[in-house]
Amino acid sequence: MSYPMKKIDPLKNYLSTRNAIGYVDRKNATQKDYNRIGFMSGLEVHQQLLTKEKLFCHCPAGIFQKHHEYDAELIRHMRPTLSELGEYDGTALMEFKTRKEIVYRIKNETACTYDVDDTPPFPINREALEIALKISLLSRLNIVGEVHITRKQYLDGSIPTGFQRTAILGVEGEIPLKKKKVRLIQLSIEEDSCREISDIGHRRIYKTDRLGMPLIETVTYPDMENPDEVKEACDYIRFLNRSTGLVRTGMGAGRQDVNVSCKGGTRVEIKGVAHTRWIPELTHREAFRQWALLAIRKELNARISKADWKMNAIEIHYYLFQTPTKEIDFANEHNDQIWAVNLPKFAGILSHFTQEGQVFAHEISDRLKVIACIEKPNMTHSECLEPGISEIDFEKIRKILKANGEDAQLVFWGNSDDIKTALETIEERCLMAFDGVPPETRKSFEEGSTIFERVLPGADRMYPDTDSAPIPLANTYIESLWADLPTDIIERYNRLKEWGVSEDTYHFLFTNNLFPLILEINEKLKIDPKLMGNFLGHRLKFIEGHAKRASNFEYKIIYGLFKYLQDSKLDFKLADEMLKLLIEHPKMQFDSVLTSIKFKKVKQSQLLEQVYFLSEKFKQLGKKQNPANAENWIMGQLRKLAIGNMALTDLHQEVRKVCDASFQ
Amino acid sequence: MTDDIFQGYKGESLEVLKKFQVRVWGQANVETTRGKFVGTILPRSENDDDQHIVMKIVTGYNIGIDIQTILSIEETGYKKANYKIPEKEFPKTPGLPSVKLIGTGGTIASRLDYRTGAVIPAFSPGELYGAVPELADICNLETEKIFAVFSENMGPTQYIALAKAIGREIEKGVDGIVIGHGTDTLHHTGAALTFMVQNSPVPIVLVGSQRSSDRPSSDAALNLMHAMYTAGHSDIAEVMVCMFGPTSDDYGLLHKGTRVRKMHSSYRSTFRTIGDTPLAMVRRGEIHHIKKEYNHRRKDKNVKILPFFSDKVTMLYYYPAMKPDILDAMIDAGYKGIIIVGTGLGHVNKELYPAIERAYAKGVHMFMTLQTLWGYVHMFVYDTGRDMMAKGIIPAGNMLPEVAYIKLGWVLGQTDDREEVKRLMLTPINDEITRREPYNGYLIYQGGVPEVEEFIKKVRK
Repeated sequence: MSYPMKKIDPLKNYLSTRNAIGYVDRKNATQKDYNRIGFMSGLEVHQQLLTKEKLFCHCPAGIFQKHHEYDAELIRHMRPTLSELGEYDGTALMEFKTRKEIVYRIKNETACTYDVDDTPPFPINREALEIALKISLLSRLNIVGEVHITRKQYLDGSIPTGFQRTAILGVEGEIPLKKKKVRLIQLSIEEDSCREISDIGHRRIYKTDRLGMPLIETVTYPDMENPDEVKEACDYIRFLNRSTGLVRTGMGAGRQDVNVSCKGGTRVEIKGVAHTRWIPELTHREAFRQWALLAIRKELNARISKADWKMNAIEIHYYLFQTPTKEIDFANEHNDQIWAVNLPKFAGILSHFTQEGQVFAHEISDRLKVIACIEKPNMTHSECLEPGISEIDFEKIRKILKANGEDAQLVFWGNSDDIKTALETIEERCLMAFDGVPPETRKSFEEGSTIFERVLPGADRMYPDTDSAPIPLANTYIESLWADLPTDIIERYNRLKEWGVSEDTYHFLFTNNLFPLILEINEKLKIDPKLMGNFLGHRLKFIEGHAKRASNFEYKIIYGLFKYLQDSKLDFKLADEMLKLLIEHPKMQFDSVLTSIKFKKVKQSQLLEQVYFLSEKFKQLGKKQNPANAENWIMGQLRKLAIGNMALTDLHQEVRKVCDASFQ
Repeated sequence: MTDDIFQGYKGESLEVLKKFQVRVWGQANVETTRGKFVGTILPRSENDDDQHIVMKIVTGYNIGIDIQTILSIEETGYKKANYKIPEKEFPKTPGLPSVKLIGTGGTIASRLDYRTGAVIPAFSPGELYGAVPELADICNLETEKIFAVFSENMGPTQYIALAKAIGREIEKGVDGIVIGHGTDTLHHTGAALTFMVQNSPVPIVLVGSQRSSDRPSSDAALNLMHAMYTAGHSDIAEVMVCMFGPTSDDYGLLHKGTRVRKMHSSYRSTFRTIGDTPLAMVRRGEIHHIKKEYNHRRKDKNVKILPFFSDKVTMLYYYPAMKPDILDAMIDAGYKGIIIVGTGLGHVNKELYPAIERAYAKGVHMFMTLQTLWGYVHMFVYDTGRDMMAKGIIPAGNMLPEVAYIKLGWVLGQTDDREEVKRLMLTPINDEITRREPYNGYLIYQGGVPEVEEFIKKVRK
């Protein structure tokens, strides 16, 4: 049998489709590019609150366990249930399809019977509620009159109950960015989820230390129109949270989900982005991935109607392969079934560009891993960028599948129990390609790429928590909370600018909530805020990056340090060297620190005497005799001795006078 | 009764809704001193205050609005939620056993009740099949709801109705019976049915759930699968309680209705056989027998239904320094049987003796059981025990207090004769008193002990 072969060169196709959709690197992209594809993005910013205990039980918060430290394990399977309005949620059904066995590793110290859903919730942690309300007020939200605890279904097992207890505290707020205002949809308080240890095949393992810790989620409208704006908004929300001094810091204490779409695309949620600096690349690539999927949609619909599209699949045998690949060998050794699938009219689609280095086939492979639980590599296909199954073997497969030249073929393997789900998954994803961009959540990687994580859940997964009574928020209580709120981040930003603090320090200052310290030092010690801001934003940042910070080091030590220098009439220049020691040994007395850095107290007059002595000495040295050289040499000799005793600029002036006079 | 369009609202909040002419399920814009809120007005739980209005906002969350802050409400639309568990016809598969599920009001499948804010059960085979489709692979199912009461409201009337319903089903030739039941008094019903339904040819399985089926981690579906499998396929023709063995989603345990007790207020693995081992373990498609002796499944229909119960029975939980007037009050109230739950081997203080004598003289039947739950009543060890027996208190062996209460009610429903009552009480029908306690009949591991911790980490899930 012969059929017309329209040979696809996968790499060439990848590059030409990348070109055809008008992909540009982020560094070359302009607002015009983002307008062209209709870039739109919103944020869900999560922030852990600094409380002693968890949100709905009395376990300590903030104590973490290592993967292999646990006292007991227990197993659950999650089933979808109906929402309050009588619908099953899409994600719920997908997770149910995956038939995962969820294992929880419990440490008695950090988890109780509430955490594993064997005891009903205790009343909500008031300390957490109060912090969250303060942040809601700072976010200019309309505060609700009564807090209703809601159950939000999560069937991935990340919470043993199968739902997260969460409640709205405020709706409709806004945050001011440098050039625009970003509207907020809502702020909720919720319990944090488990941390995943592994997810292999049908078994997913979690640990329960983080589970139940108080968390807030600030949700914005999709008001951001380019990747940098998304980062700016995210930074603002994180700085605002930190300005209260009542939230947790450190790895994982703040995380965000970023929603992205392009014109004609769908809201896709990039989950758990740990650093705001990752946001621009991630959102850029996601918007263009959607743009590429829309191009695929157009192409497919031009070739065949969705209703007419039907794939066919057949189990093939290992011995069919003349030259089996490593993966096929591996599948055979594991007694996996090997299946071939013909995708009619998909020639050139499987190698169609989606993200940097990725093609449409990756979308299918990602889903096979997540939904059918088949570990990667789980498939290969007729348009692989890397060498795969030989052309001779593919010819045989095409014959068996009765494929023609406009089709593409896919070969996958897996445990016999998973084949049915796998075939459904492949068919489903291909059919979705006719519609464009499937709504989904995606997992992010540092370099900017994302992979499929779950079907995007909707409002259907919300259910009132029948175990909790509503909590009224009286006017008098809300008013009392206004009393000790910090100033707005935007005001602080403007103050720093006024003072002339260097702009490159702001990120560090807000991240570590150092503005109040600058203000306090200015108010009480009358030290120039510009000097202080630059010292903290440059020197402290440098020192933190190069020293091992002791766990009991607190920024308020810096106040004590400057007060000490001022009281002892020592130059502030000493702060740099002293801080290097203090950051590692915060309990050390300031006097001892000075001794350790070999500081000697010398009177200015003594220093100046030495200048005359050294200028004479310089003349005896065999160096090139001119005032500039002399100045530098003398400063070099005196620098160490001078620091702390006399401002170096003042000393320099004196040295210059002497040198100028002596070389006339 | 308030109108349905203001479901659950009362007092001031009801007035506010009326004033602004908005209904429950109305979509509304609410202007308040705290800003604007947009959403759907929801029913309010009857027990909550009259100072707030509940709304579902567009993101799916519920919030409450303080009526004192409301400036205006404008209804912009109306959309009533239609809560329905998807109903699919339960398929009949030739060759599978027929099982009857009798509903009493537990939470096998459930939906939200806006009146109380709690969940109410769904029940028809179609609804169950929609929620737990795996059931169709286990049996052919028929269901009947004979009443809907919460577990704590089950009582003699319900025991009798259940016993009669079971008798009818056995007569019709079902292969097994499952009874859906709230968990709080599951063991009381287990005991009652053991006494009222004797010589059953088929398994009678009581099942409930500790986590309601409105949550994804519910134990309801798995319990139901275990119970259906047991009823349809097992060889054990006894009244059993089928609930989680461990807290993990793993296997169920089959406990004798007379030896089982709820031992934790909320754990999934709350039911334990006391003073013996359970009958068997059940997984989907597999029964692992633990006890070798049990009543086997039969083809006949020779069941004996003995639907008797006297409600003139009570329990007396003894505590140190108890005054005799408590016992006197019970006698005066006309109680004819008293199960005393004594300390240690079965003791009460001497102060009660005169009251005990008065009770005996009035023909009250008194039996001694134990607060320790495990172990036998033994009244010969100390003088006090002998004194009490002399005054007419009969030791009830290792019968559990709740079981003794149910049994005495059942016995006094049949006879008042002192000797006959004693004979019936002390003649076990199905191991409510056992002749021996095996060594592994008492196991309460103590957390913190190194070998226990090792066991928990490695074995117990």
